[in-house]
Amino acid sequence: MTVLHPTSPAEVQEAVRAHRRVLARGGGSKPALSTPAEGQTVLEMKGLSGVVEYDPGEYVLVAKAGTPLAQVEELLAQHGQYLPFDPPLAEQGATLGGTVAAGLSGPMRQRYGGVRDFILGVQFVDGEGQLVRAGGKVVKNAAGFDLPKLMVGSLGRLGLLTELAFKVFPYPKATATLQVAFPRLEEALEALYRLAGSPIELYALDLVPPATLTLRLGGLPEALPARLERLRAFVGRAGDLLEGEAEAQYWRNLKRLELGEGHLVKVALTPRQIPALEQALGSAPRRYMSAGHLLYLAWNHEPARLDALLRLQNLSGLVLKGPTHQARIGIDLEHTFGRRVAAALDPQGRFSPTPP
Amino acid sequence: MTLLEELGRFFPPGRLLHKPGELVPYESDALTAFRARPLAVVLPESHEEVVQAVRWCARHRIPYVARGSGTSLSGGSLPIDGGLLIGLNRMNKLLRLDPQERIAVVEPGFINLQVSNAAAPYGLYYAPDPSSQPVSTIGGNLAFNSGGAHCLKYGMTSNHVLGAKVVLPDGETVVLGSESLENTGPDWLGLFVGSEGLLGIATEITLRLLPKPETYHTVLAAYDALEKAGEAVAAVVASGLLPGAMEIMDSLAIEAAEAAVRAGYPREARALLIVELEGEAPQVEAEARYLDEVIRRSGAYEVRVAQSAEERLKIWKGRKAAFSAVGRLSPDYIVQDGVVPRSRLGQALSEIERLSARYGLRVANVFHAGDGNLHPLILYNGRVPGELERAEELAGEILRLCVALGGSITGEHGVGMEKKAYMPEMFSEADLEAMRRIRRALDPFELSNRGKMFPGGEAPALHQAGPHPLERAGIISRE
Ligand SMILES: Cc1cc2nc3c(=O)[nH]c(=O)nc-3n(C[C@H](O)[C@H](O)[C@H](O)COP(=O)(O)OP(=O)(O)OC[C@H]3O[C@@H](n4cnc5c(N)ncnc54)[C@H](O)[C@@H]3O)c2cc1C
Ligand SMILES: Cc1cc2nc3c(=O)[nH]c(=O)nc-3n(C[C@H](O)[C@H](O)[C@H](O)COP(=O)(O)OP(=O)(O)OC[C@H]3O[C@@H](n4cnc5c(N)ncnc54)[C@H](O)[C@@H]3O)c2cc1C
Repeated sequence: MTVLHPTSPAEVQEAVRAHRRVLARGGGSKPALSTPAEGQTVLEMKGLSGVVEYDPGEYVLVAKAGTPLAQVEELLAQHGQYLPFDPPLAEQGATLGGTVAAGLSGPMRQRYGGVRDFILGVQFVDGEGQLVRAGGKVVKNAAGFDLPKLMVGSLGRLGLLTELAFKVFPYPKATATLQVAFPRLEEALEALYRLAGSPIELYALDLVPPATLTLRLGGLPEALPARLERLRAFVGRAGDLLEGEAEAQYWRNLKRLELGEGHLVKVALTPRQIPALEQALGSAPRRYMSAGHLLYLAWNHEPARLDALLRLQNLSGLVLKGPTHQARIGIDLEHTFGRRVAAALDPQGRFSPTPP
Repeated sequence: MTLLEELGRFFPPGRLLHKPGELVPYESDALTAFRARPLAVVLPESHEEVVQAVRWCARHRIPYVARGSGTSLSGGSLPIDGGLLIGLNRMNKLLRLDPQERIAVVEPGFINLQVSNAAAPYGLYYAPDPSSQPVSTIGGNLAFNSGGAHCLKYGMTSNHVLGAKVVLPDGETVVLGSESLENTGPDWLGLFVGSEGLLGIATEITLRLLPKPETYHTVLAAYDALEKAGEAVAAVVASGLLPGAMEIMDSLAIEAAEAAVRAGYPREARALLIVELEGEAPQVEAEARYLDEVIRRSGAYEVRVAQSAEERLKIWKGRKAAFSAVGRLSPDYIVQDGVVPRSRLGQALSEIERLSARYGLRVANVFHAGDGNLHPLILYNGRVPGELERAEELAGEILRLCVALGGSITGEHGVGMEKKAYMPEMFSEADLEAMRRIRRALDPFELSNRGKMFPGGEAPALHQAGPHPLERAGIISRE
C-alpha cells in the first residue's frame, strides 16, 4: 500500500495525476471510510493543516482541510465562538476535511443546522488533478454552483478537499441540560414533537432509548433559570438537571460517539420512522439527535444484517468505524443525477473504491 | 407535422401561446433592460406535462427557460430567442402540509408568502423572506437560492429545502433529498438549489417549516454619519449577540421611504440602523438589555424601540418599501447585490460614494448589514443618452470592488444574464470549467436556461430599464 503525504494543493494535484486510484485520509477517525481498498493509494491529508483566515467579527473561518477539528474548536473558543453543526470525534483526531466528506454533525445541530448549513466555500482537487474553488469566504453568496454543499457527504468520491470555509457563530454564554424520562416511547415521542414545533429554542433535542429526552438550553445566564422553569412546565415533568462542568463534560463525552462495542453507524431519518426502528434494533446502543433526524448507533453484529434491516425500514446509513466492505448501507440512493455529476468531476474513476 | 403542432398534442390552445401578442408579457423578467421573444410559451399543469415539454425540447434541440413569476432581477427568467418558455404559475398547489413533521410539499408555482400563511394556524412559518415574497414562487426561490432580511441566523432558501422532484434536461425524473435533515451521501440537492435553472426543472418541492419566534425586540437607531451605523453593527457582533436582522439605510433611501410610506423615520438622519432580536421571551428580554447598551454607546442620536406589533411593522414597512420608493426619486435605477466582509462595509460604502461622484450618478444604499450584503441603487435617466451605459459601468465597478474586498458579486439575486460577465472576476477558468462540466454532464446540449450564469455567448441588446410592472402597480417592492 502506498501512502503519500502531500503538504500543498499542488502536491495533491500531482499525486492525483500520477495515481490511478486514490483515497483521502484525514486522520482515520472513521476507518470504515478511510481504509483503502486494494490498489488505492492513500493520500494522508493531515499535512494540509492550519487556519488560513479567521476574523471573529466576520463569523467566518477558513482552514486547510487536514486541520484537526480540535485545533479549530480551541481557536474559536478563545473568541467565544463555535462550529454550530457541532461535529463529533474531535477528541479522536477528526479533521475538517474528513468531517465534511463524511457529512457529520453532532447534537447541537438542532439549534442552527448541520454541516451543509455552515459550509461556505471549498477548494478541492478533482479527478483530473485540477484545483477548483467554489463558494466564497463571506456569510452570504449566490454566485455559481453550490459545490461546497455538494461535497458534504461525498466521501472523497467527488474531489480531495484542500481548503474549507465555514460560517461560525457565538457560543451561548451559559448552557443547562434537562434529562426527562418518560414511561414509554410513545410519550417521549409525543413530547419530542411538541417541543420541536414550539418556540422553545433548544441547542440539543435528543431521544435516548428507551424513553428519555435530553434537552439542552443555551443563552444568557440571567435568562436560563426562567427558561428552565418554562421548559419543565412545557414537558410536564421536573427531569434531572445537569449544570456547570458536569454538563459540559457530559456533551464532550457524547461527541466521542463511544456508544458501545461494534460498528459505529450513522443513519438519516425522520421522527416518524422511530417507532418501527425501535422495534427492530433490539439492544444495539444508540441515540437519536436533532429531534429524531439523526441516529448514531453501535452495531455489534454483521453489517450485512443492519444493511437488510435498514432496507426494510426504507432508511440509509453510513458505517464510520468497524470492519466492513461497504460503508454505505441500507437503501440505494444512486440515481442518474449523482452518477453524471460524479462522472463530470472524476471522469476516470480515480476516487472510486472499485475500478470502473 | 410542424414543431408547434407536435407540442399542441400535449398542450391545449389556451396553454400553448405563440402569437406575438400573447408572448409580450413573457419577454422580460424584472431586469427589464433585457428582452427576448420565445418561439412559444407552454403552461403545464402537471409533472407529466413538464416532462413532455422538456422531452420535446430535447428531441428538437430547442433551448428552454423555466419561469415562475418572472421577478428575477438578474435576467434569470429572460426567455431565449426562438426557445421555449415553460411557465409554471399554474402548478401552484399545496400538495401536503404536515404540521407535526413540520413539512410543506408544494408545486413550483406556489407563492412564497402563501407557505407561511398556510402554516400560520399551526404556529409555524417558512423562514426565507425575499421582499418579492407576495409574488415570487418557490420554484424561482429554489433556483436562485433567494434570501431576505433574516439570512444571517437562519440561512437562505437552500437551508430550508429538504427535497425536490426534478425533470432533468433529457426528460428523466429524479428525486433529490428526502424529508430528513440529514443525509448519507453527497448533497445532490444542495447542488441543485441555486443552480439557476441550468440543471433541470423542479416540479415538486419539500420545504422545512420553523416554529414562529415567541417574541421580537426591534430597535431603530438614527446616526449623523453612515460610518457610525456601520460601527454599531460591528459592536453588536462583538457583543456576542446574534440578531435575526440588521439592516442599514442611507439618507437618500430614508428620504425615499418617508416620501413613499411615511414610516415616521427621523428624516434628517444620515443613516438608520434596524436591529431585531427574536426568540423566547426571557432570552430576548435579557438580550435586549445588552443590545440597548451597545446601541446607546454607538453614538446614535435617536433610538426607538418598537413597543407593539404595529410599531414593529411600521419600522419594517419603511425598510421594505425603500427600494421601490427610490424609484420615486429617479425615472430609472439599477440594483446590485454584491457582498463584502462585514468589516469592509465602511470601506465599500465610501468607495461607492466616490464612484457615485465620479460617474455623476446618485446611489442610494439599503442593505443587509448583518451579512455584508449591499444593495446599492444606481439612479439614472434612461432618456438621457449614455446614462444607462454609464450606470451599467458604475454597477460593474461596484461588483469588482466587492470581489476585490474579498466578497461576492451576488448575495441573493443570482448571476443570470446580468452578472455572467463578472464570473471570471470571482472564479478562475478551472473553477468555471468544473461547473461547466457538471452542467454538460446533465445537459450536453445546454438546453436548460442556455446562455445564463457562465460568461460568454451573446447578450441580448440593452433596452431602457425601469421598475417591474408589478412594482409600478405597487404590488411588490424590492429589498
Ligand atoms: C480510537 C482512535 C484514537 C486516536 N487517537 C489519536 C491521537 O491520540 N492523536 C492523533 O493525532 N490521532 C489519533 N487518532 C487518529 C485520528 O483520529 C485520525 O487522524 C482522525 O480520525 C482523522 O479522521 P477524519 O475524521 O479526518 O476522517 P477519516 O476517517 O480520515 O476520513 C473520513 C472520510 O473522509 C474522506 N476524507 C478525509 N479527508 C478528506 C479530504 N481532505 N478530502 C476528501 N475526502 C477526505 C475519507 O476518504 C473518508 O471517506 C486516533 C484514531 C482512533 C480511531
Ligand atoms: C421587487 C422585487 C424585490 C425582490 N426582493 C428580493 C429579495 O429580497 N431577496 C432575493 O433573494 N430576491 C429578491 N428579488 C428577486 C426575485 O424575486 C427572486 O430571485 C425570486 O426567487 C424569483 O422568483 P420568481 O418566481 O419570480 O422566478 P423567476 O424570475 O420566474 O425565475 C427565476 C429563475 O428561476 C428559474 N426557475 C423558475 N422556476 C423554476 C423551477 N420550478 N425549476 C427550476 N428553475 C426554475 C428560472 O428559469 C429563472 O432562472 C426581488 C425581485 C423584485 C422584482
